[in-house]
Amino acid sequence: MEIKVCGPGCASCEKTQKIVEAAVAAKGVEAAVVKVKDFQEIAQLGIFSTPAVVVDGQVKCVGRVPKQNEVEEWIR
Amino acid sequence: MEPLQSSDGCCTKPAASQAVIEKKGQWGKGGILTLLSLGLWLVVYNHLEPFSSYLTYTLFAVKKGSQFGDAVQFFLYDTPKVMMLLTLIVFVIGILRSFFTQERTRQYLAGKRESAGNVMAAMLGIVTPFCSCSAVPLFLGFVQAGVPLGVTFSFLIAAPMVNEIALVLLYGLLGWKVAALYLVTGLLIAIVAGWVIGRLQLESWIEDWVQELRAGEALVLERKLTWPDRIDQGREAVRDIVGKVWVYVVAGIAVGAFIHGYVPEAFMASIMGKDAWWSVPAAVVVGIPMYSNAAGIVPVVEALLGKGAALGTVLAFMMSVIALSLPEIIILRKVLKPKLIAVFIVVVGSGIVFTGYLFNIII
Repeated sequence: MEIKVCGPGCASCEKTQKIVEAAVAAKGVEAAVVKVKDFQEIAQLGIFSTPAVVVDGQVKCVGRVPKQNEVEEWIR
Repeated sequence: MEPLQSSDGCCTKPAASQAVIEKKGQWGKGGILTLLSLGLWLVVYNHLEPFSSYLTYTLFAVKKGSQFGDAVQFFLYDTPKVMMLLTLIVFVIGILRSFFTQERTRQYLAGKRESAGNVMAAMLGIVTPFCSCSAVPLFLGFVQAGVPLGVTFSFLIAAPMVNEIALVLLYGLLGWKVAALYLVTGLLIAIVAGWVIGRLQLESWIEDWVQELRAGEALVLERKLTWPDRIDQGREAVRDIVGKVWVYVVAGIAVGAFIHGYVPEAFMASIMGKDAWWSVPAAVVVGIPMYSNAAGIVPVVEALLGKGAALGTVLAFMMSVIALSLPEIIILRKVLKPKLIAVFIVVVGSGIVFTGYLFNIII
């Protein structure tokens, strides 16, 4: 499984990254968590507000920090 | 661009409805708690001034009327007052913001033309959640959705410039007239500056890779929110924002307390008074690269005004500090060519200088 965390690296994006990593660890799934910082790359995913989370190519949330239990639902 | 319901993508149906039932149970308790806290808030807020005097002059036995005493009392009164106001405002705004998202704002502005679009964009700039690091994706989204460049700029100027925290703190510390002046002029600068940038037809000064995005479609994820969810967002905003800005507030009040107690009145009047014609542009030039939280700058503003600085000069300083900042300019450089950034700074800067002079003349 591949999880992309999109954001330029501000506080909310860092928080999202931590939440996603915690969810992956809690669920014990094998997943690569990738940071996407480049605006161009983010825009090409169709994402125009950050932070955003993409799981296996599917955009799960944009413009907010997700809760850990939400992320756990996405990666089950 | 059909909005996707996130329940399709995220939670399975039984889990979702279970969550709703649980939340309904908490709603009563949460509601009563919120009301109780509001009542307590009012009682404490109304007793802050006598309490700070008691602390300073009776308990700490600082001499009344001394410079040190003035500074200490100012600090002990303003810190809890500003922090309490801030907490309440951030909570209410957090709830209000749950009704607005960048996606919705973008969809709304996409159909607008200039002029009316500039006005709407400036107003939406106040209520749409925004931080300077989300400026670039937001800009890309607007360009891609076909929002005119000038309208986009009206939004980008208003969002940081008319800051709800600054607005309510101005109201709390300096009264509704100053707060209203700040709101109206902030909106006007955003509207006019955006309109001017639109008239100049500078689309070619956007970076090339951005232009190529114009095709394609933006993704929209809508979430259904219940009232407990919204109150939750308000609480989260308090934890998040108050937890982050309290340092700025205390530092701002400390600077304010120092000015209040020690800086002689004639001194400020000579540098930032009405008669010093050069003070408005100087305040703006000093303020542009500075970056401070709006909540931190307002106590300083209060103290400066108390020492005879002219309102226009002080407001111009405040606006340039919060509306234009070096970090935001650097991040916008990724999507705007240097010439467009220069135009942006000059247009907004002149708007602020003009406002400063206007206030100094009429008040």
